[in-house]
Amino acid sequence: MVVFILRRLGFMVLTMVVVSLLLFLLLEISPGNVATKVLGPYSSEEQRTLWLAAHGYFEPLHVRYFSWLGNFATGDFGESIRFKVPVSEVLWPRLANTAILGLATFAIMIPLSLVLGILAGMREGSKLDRAISVTSIATTSVPEFASAVFLSAIFVFWLKLLPGTSGMTEGFSIKQLILPVMVLVLYDFGYVARMTRASMAEVMTTAYIRTAVLKGLPYKQVILKHALRNALITPFTVIMLQINWLLSGVIVVEFFFAYKGFGALLLEASLNQDIFLIEACAMVAVFVAVATQAIADIGYTYLNPRIRFA
Amino acid sequence: MPLLEIRDLCISYYTRAGEIPAVVDFSLVLKAGESVGLVGESGCGKSTVAMGIMQYLGNNGGIVSGSIKFKGRELTTLGGEELRRLRGSEIAMVYQEPMAALNPSLTIASQLMEVPMVHERVTQSEARERALKLLADVHLPDPERIMAAYPHQLSGGQQQRVVIAMALLSNPSLLLLDEPTTALDVTVEAGIVELIAELSRKFGTALLYISHNLSLMLETCDRVCVMYSGEVIEEGAVDSIFTWPKHPYTHGLFSCIPLPDADKNTRPLVPIRGQLPLPHERPPGCNFGPRCDFFKQGLCDAQDIAIEPVTVGKDADHCVRCIRWNDIDPSDAITVGPSKQAVAVGDIVLEVKGMQKYYEVDDRSIRALISGGGKRYVKANEALDFSARRGETVAIVGESGCGKSTFAKVLMGLETATGGEIRLDGINIGEMPVRERSAKQLASLQMVFQNPNDTLNPSHTIGSQISRVIRKFGVESDRAKVAERMLRLLDLVKLPRDFAFRRPRQLSSGQKQRVGIARAFAGNPSMVIADEPVSALDVSVAAAVTELLMDIQREHKTTLLFISHDLSVVRYLADRIVVMYLGRIMERGTTAEVFNPPYHPYTEALLSAVPIADPKIEKRHIVLEGAPPSALDPPKGCPFHTRCPRKVGAICEQERPPERAAGEGHVIACHIPLEELRGVEPVIRTAC
Amino acid sequence: MTETAMRAPSHQAALLRALTSFALLRESWVGMVGAGIVAFWIVVAILAPLISPFEPNAILQPFAKPGTEFAEGGTFWLGTDQIGRDILSRIFWGSRTVLFYAPLATFSAYVVGILMGLAAGYQRGWVDEVLSRIGDIILSFPVLVLYIIVIATIGASGVNIIIAITFSSAPGIMRIVRGLVLDLRNRDYVAAAQTRGESSWRIMLVEILPNARGPLIVDACLRLGYVIITIGVLGFLGLGLPPPDPDWGGMINEARAIALAFPHMTVFPCIAISSLILGFNLLADGLREISLRD
Repeated sequence: MVVFILRRLGFMVLTMVVVSLLLFLLLEISPGNVATKVLGPYSSEEQRTLWLAAHGYFEPLHVRYFSWLGNFATGDFGESIRFKVPVSEVLWPRLANTAILGLATFAIMIPLSLVLGILAGMREGSKLDRAISVTSIATTSVPEFASAVFLSAIFVFWLKLLPGTSGMTEGFSIKQLILPVMVLVLYDFGYVARMTRASMAEVMTTAYIRTAVLKGLPYKQVILKHALRNALITPFTVIMLQINWLLSGVIVVEFFFAYKGFGALLLEASLNQDIFLIEACAMVAVFVAVATQAIADIGYTYLNPRIRFA
Repeated sequence: MPLLEIRDLCISYYTRAGEIPAVVDFSLVLKAGESVGLVGESGCGKSTVAMGIMQYLGNNGGIVSGSIKFKGRELTTLGGEELRRLRGSEIAMVYQEPMAALNPSLTIASQLMEVPMVHERVTQSEARERALKLLADVHLPDPERIMAAYPHQLSGGQQQRVVIAMALLSNPSLLLLDEPTTALDVTVEAGIVELIAELSRKFGTALLYISHNLSLMLETCDRVCVMYSGEVIEEGAVDSIFTWPKHPYTHGLFSCIPLPDADKNTRPLVPIRGQLPLPHERPPGCNFGPRCDFFKQGLCDAQDIAIEPVTVGKDADHCVRCIRWNDIDPSDAITVGPSKQAVAVGDIVLEVKGMQKYYEVDDRSIRALISGGGKRYVKANEALDFSARRGETVAIVGESGCGKSTFAKVLMGLETATGGEIRLDGINIGEMPVRERSAKQLASLQMVFQNPNDTLNPSHTIGSQISRVIRKFGVESDRAKVAERMLRLLDLVKLPRDFAFRRPRQLSSGQKQRVGIARAFAGNPSMVIADEPVSALDVSVAAAVTELLMDIQREHKTTLLFISHDLSVVRYLADRIVVMYLGRIMERGTTAEVFNPPYHPYTEALLSAVPIADPKIEKRHIVLEGAPPSALDPPKGCPFHTRCPRKVGAICEQERPPERAAGEGHVIACHIPLEELRGVEPVIRTAC
Repeated sequence: MTETAMRAPSHQAALLRALTSFALLRESWVGMVGAGIVAFWIVVAILAPLISPFEPNAILQPFAKPGTEFAEGGTFWLGTDQIGRDILSRIFWGSRTVLFYAPLATFSAYVVGILMGLAAGYQRGWVDEVLSRIGDIILSFPVLVLYIIVIATIGASGVNIIIAITFSSAPGIMRIVRGLVLDLRNRDYVAAAQTRGESSWRIMLVEILPNARGPLIVDACLRLGYVIITIGVLGFLGLGLPPPDPDWGGMINEARAIALAFPHMTVFPCIAISSLILGFNLLADGLREISLRD
């Protein structure tokens, strides 16, 4: 088990390094481009050369990569071109805002999807199952930008209940958080619910559930003690991987509602070619994704005694 | 009052194709403490009866009519809560796959203890005590350790003992056993069978024992019901059924089983022709009519046939569902096929010398990482020595994990040997993987596989699959000639020519296996390896496929290497036998030599473990302890010493046993002197 | 027996099987609804030039509400956008864009993913190790982040979108194929093919791949839905196909700023894209239901 965790963490670090290399190659392979992006299209050739020399861009590629990696590892991400401040000054507050959005989404989405998934999977083919399945297919079919449009049309344009933007210019506001969270939950819960349903339905057809029923256990005990334990292993990993999906959703939602979060920052950086900010955002995104995957894998082995005690 | 009384029970499944009657007019009376067997081929409805008693037929199954009375209470109308109280406490069940029947993520303790806690509301500590006591009752060593274990940490035999303990925890008066030993090795099966008999005596539990294996009934049951296509066609006391089977089907079944006196040349098996009708295509009248030698048009197919009592022998407890039972004597039917010419044995085709196959395994435990010894070896085959001649049938016998399938893989070139030689027609092919072999070499060595549902590619037609082999081996290349040869191969395996256009899923298991045989013989092989070719088939189908294989072999003078765990089949068809255990040869010799003393103690135990469907035969009972050890960590010295009932002493644990020649070509690897082994009584003896 | 006589039945059988697949779909009403929606959009895409009331890029009358009559004849059933183009016509023409790029991108991802999956699952060893690790690394990247960075860097165009989707979807397809192959490669018919000396490619493509088609067809339908979402999201973020040709995601992006005042400009393209995705998802669910039944 310890060996497994170490291997998994090792792979995580390896992934980060490979991704950083790819990112570096994609964005910084040609120094001329970097200088143009940093100094703007109207800078003179001379200015660019000076800037490049000052920032060590005439060193060989591998030296540049390692010094870049070193700076990164020590938290020095460089300066944002667009915001004219060190990257970390914009990055961390934005990340905190997104964390709030993500946590609120998960706090609603997880219980909702697990309960619906289990109810549907418990009696496969029942009316409740059909209703839940079709609903979750329908909600996952509506992309975030579309549900944002629909919900705004209903709650903002028509009912005039909620604000249409979530800029939070006058401090934190729960009301402004409702629509973004609703959009994210609506899109994400269906997938987790369907996975939970499939897992639960599969467990319900196994021979050991038959054994439990034919032992004369009360139905409640069959479900709670025998079925759930096995049925929830898959949803656990699915939920951890969902964080990865959420990152994508967050970009759309933050863009749509003008929420000052990490996703909007990443998009803004990309559209403006704010090179150091893109690098920092991408590495953070990859770190979150890789870390959740590692936790999912380790958790899976822990939850599954067949692997734990192999 | 009988314990269980089933009257005219009809159970159907409802599918998209409509209603499928799985069980028709089933009646059964079971007294307290009695054990009744339910036997039949797959699809006859025997397991459905058990699930019907348990009232657990799934969403698409239902009881159409009839009654099931348990201790006078009608089960078919019982409410959910009453049913729950009955299940597991008064009626308990043991299942076919013990691994699947146990919850993988709960410890044995929690799965056992919940039974008395739910049904008798006992305290945790009392439940624990009872569970421990029952684990000891089912002869599991170290019950405390078992309690703390998860199912996957136990062997198959141990798991089944746990399931049996779980079933008996609330001291039920009826125990349903659904093929409880089918998934287990034969020596483990023998132990479970003995345990069930012992426990039912000790606790006075009535048994309903469901199995496809007629032979097991003799050892486990007082009475037997033989089922065919949803109906009981014959029922009676075990002795009566086995001595005077009245129904042509029951009789046919016995002719399909290779009993000790059967012989491929002088007394061949007689398969039942045709195949089991599908539930929605049952013929009018007698379901067995179309396959019956005594079928009379206008009589047998005129009406539904009732089951009626017959008087045979001294017993009156015998019923049969045959309208002509009084007019016919099934023993008039051919019970022995026409004797066949033995094949003249030719030169040596295959010679195996000191062959070994090791697999490397990465050991990823921390200890191995620290000590630096990350590699361990599974010795799948060790020092194999034997040969096979042209036209000869050589059988490799052993339980799962003995390395017999690994040997087949090496022989076919799917794996390469790590040492020694395998000479086919004089050329060493042991280290020659399949892609280095010439088309001629490939064609001359072909294989018939075990699983009929796996042997053919479901995406391609039968014809194209056979034609591919013909072209690949360069037998024919012209299109018309390939097609002609393909059709002749279908004739060879007695399949209609229009099967060429069918896909595998339109074929029955037996038919698929025939196509597999046709494919193996497409390139005129000099040697065919058959890896358990009939073990997945029903008895009557297996007999037909076995006979077909033997006939083709005879005709082509092919060498047949027959790999099997089933000693009955092996005794029937093999000329020479190799007995393997944990990758090593324990004994080899001619069939007569291996089946008679001197035996290797393992052969002796194996012979004793095989059930025989003949009440005239007496057997010595030898039950082996435990399960075969893992090949990853084999015992030192003689691999069999951990389970050997004749263990001499420390020498067995430390030294490899010598190979002693007991006759010309008869070799036994054992420390016990031959003279002593010669003095051993035969395991099987025919009572006069 | 002649060659033609031998072949005819297998062709008939193939036709019969195709027909029975359709007949089977009828038994899942969910699948039928899905197939209906997809078929509707395919017909719309084909007939777009015939059924569109106006030219999709013609600037006619800005900010018209749905149902407004156009002075020069005709009705803006779904209104017009801020520069005066008919929304219904743009939706009809936009279905061509999405139904061209989404299947093409999915297909391209499938070709790459299947080849990688076959190689990894069948060859095992270092091939598997390398391909799986590459796949893991790509999959660990949040998809949209990947698209945004790549497309923002290399520029938005149809080909680039296809490349980006292939790059990010192929590893997922590889995983599925690999899993199926790992199961199928142990079948006896594969061993039979090996023992008659078939080449690895023939075994992978002829013996194994056809038997993996069931789960792959279901997955392809689901994945088509995701690809449509991706293309929509890229358009919505302003990273989609360059204007002025109609693209559903792009339409939403262009009208986003004034969406609260003129919801019709965004709501109708959203309904269009959601319905098409729903169609593929329902179809996938129906197909899965049917495949599980047999």
